[in-house]
Amino acid sequence: MANNPQLDANGNLKHLLSIEGLPSDMITAILDTAEPFTEVAEREVKKLPLLRGKSVFNLFFENSTRTRTTFEIAAKRLSADVINLNVSTSSTNKGETLLDTVDNLVAMHADMFVVRHASSGAPHLIAQHLEATRRPNVHVVNAGDGRHAHPTQGLLDMYTIRHYKRDFTRLTVAVVGDILHSRVARSQIHALTTLGVPEVRAIAPKTLLPSDVERLGVRVFHDMREGLKDVDVVMMLRLQNERMTGSLLPSPQEYFKFFGLTEAKLALAKPDAIVLHPGPMNRGVEIDSAVADGVQAVILPQVTFGIAVRMAVMSMLARG
Amino acid sequence: MELPKADELIEQLVAQMRPSIAPDTALVGIHTGGVWLAERLHAELALAAPMGSIDVAFYRDDLDSRGLHAKARRSDIPFDVEGRPVVIVDDVLYTGRTTRAALNELFDYGRPARVDLAVLVDRGGRELPIEARYCAHRLAQPLSANRNLQLERDADGAFSLRLIEAK
Repeated sequence: MANNPQLDANGNLKHLLSIEGLPSDMITAILDTAEPFTEVAEREVKKLPLLRGKSVFNLFFENSTRTRTTFEIAAKRLSADVINLNVSTSSTNKGETLLDTVDNLVAMHADMFVVRHASSGAPHLIAQHLEATRRPNVHVVNAGDGRHAHPTQGLLDMYTIRHYKRDFTRLTVAVVGDILHSRVARSQIHALTTLGVPEVRAIAPKTLLPSDVERLGVRVFHDMREGLKDVDVVMMLRLQNERMTGSLLPSPQEYFKFFGLTEAKLALAKPDAIVLHPGPMNRGVEIDSAVADGVQAVILPQVTFGIAVRMAVMSMLARG
Repeated sequence: MELPKADELIEQLVAQMRPSIAPDTALVGIHTGGVWLAERLHAELALAAPMGSIDVAFYRDDLDSRGLHAKARRSDIPFDVEGRPVVIVDDVLYTGRTTRAALNELFDYGRPARVDLAVLVDRGGRELPIEARYCAHRLAQPLSANRNLQLERDADGAFSLRLIEAK
């Protein structure tokens, strides 16, 4: 893509489509902005007036209760009006195109779209359409598109890592699991390398790695024990059963044996290593319950930080 | 323009506040100068309630024109606001919009018994019906809009007032 549709002429955030293309100071600015939002949840009135009077449309062409809910909570804590459209069960079934749906919602004075779509690039398409039809005050947030990107997940993971580890430039981070199907992994890897993490490792069976994965700047390991040695951060991915086509894997039990995170494998990482997981977890498939519920897991803090990060993104978009 | 000494103003402010401060009164400073001032007042008045701080960035009324301040700090209200007398503390009172934003934010933590405002300097130029109950110094002439008056704190913790010509 020639120009970066995510930033306006002054370098302000206009849409959030992918972490790829965001400069590191923009990622840092989002994390900094999120910090004070974490305190709002502790108040009597969990609301800030930043998006008062704005309408946020959650456009989910693919189901995801968790992501939709966290965006909804974030927008509501900013006092926006939130409209949830489960598009997979509505007008597209009647034959309406994506952009016609968008145009109709813009005619209802939408200020922001939070878009989840099974096709990579759908949020880009919407953002370009809004540019082409000169509607600069309508913003798009990618809430996950195909295998491409899930930027707010990547950002909340970075927020979590920074919260516990402070300095990215001294870390070794392992991303473990189904990297092939994972937009989360792609966003994580882009964010980690942009923020200056010196060693990012990708741990996965050959069948669950994209062929060009090394171009992302990662070290590839097929042996989990080797890959986890002395890492500071373990980022587990969900085994995406519903995306599994053909015979990429023998069985979930076999996968757990080689790539499931157990206490024994985690012991190979640094003693103060933290474990992240984007959820929902498949216990006993990619992660053992003892680890998921253990002291090194920061999986529930991820969820809490995720709301603050989404509030930060939305309030930065709503400026001007 | 001759600016008064900050330390003398703080002494005057303490003297004004001391007779009317209730035992459970809490101070809430507005970032950044108001927090410094509230720290001093809190120590001099020997208040029992911990001090709070507020960054009004999320409550400003000019978000659409100015955007979100990138370095907003977290607000910290470490006491129960419900039923308590509160004094909002700021270094300089100008349009009153910051005070309005701080009031809105404070009420999101609970319903205080009463709220007063304490400032070091009233520079005039109000755009809202807001006045300070405690004020150490009122400028004889309102400052023009292109000038910025603020409290500064040096490395040794000494306070001074500074007048800056805005761009």
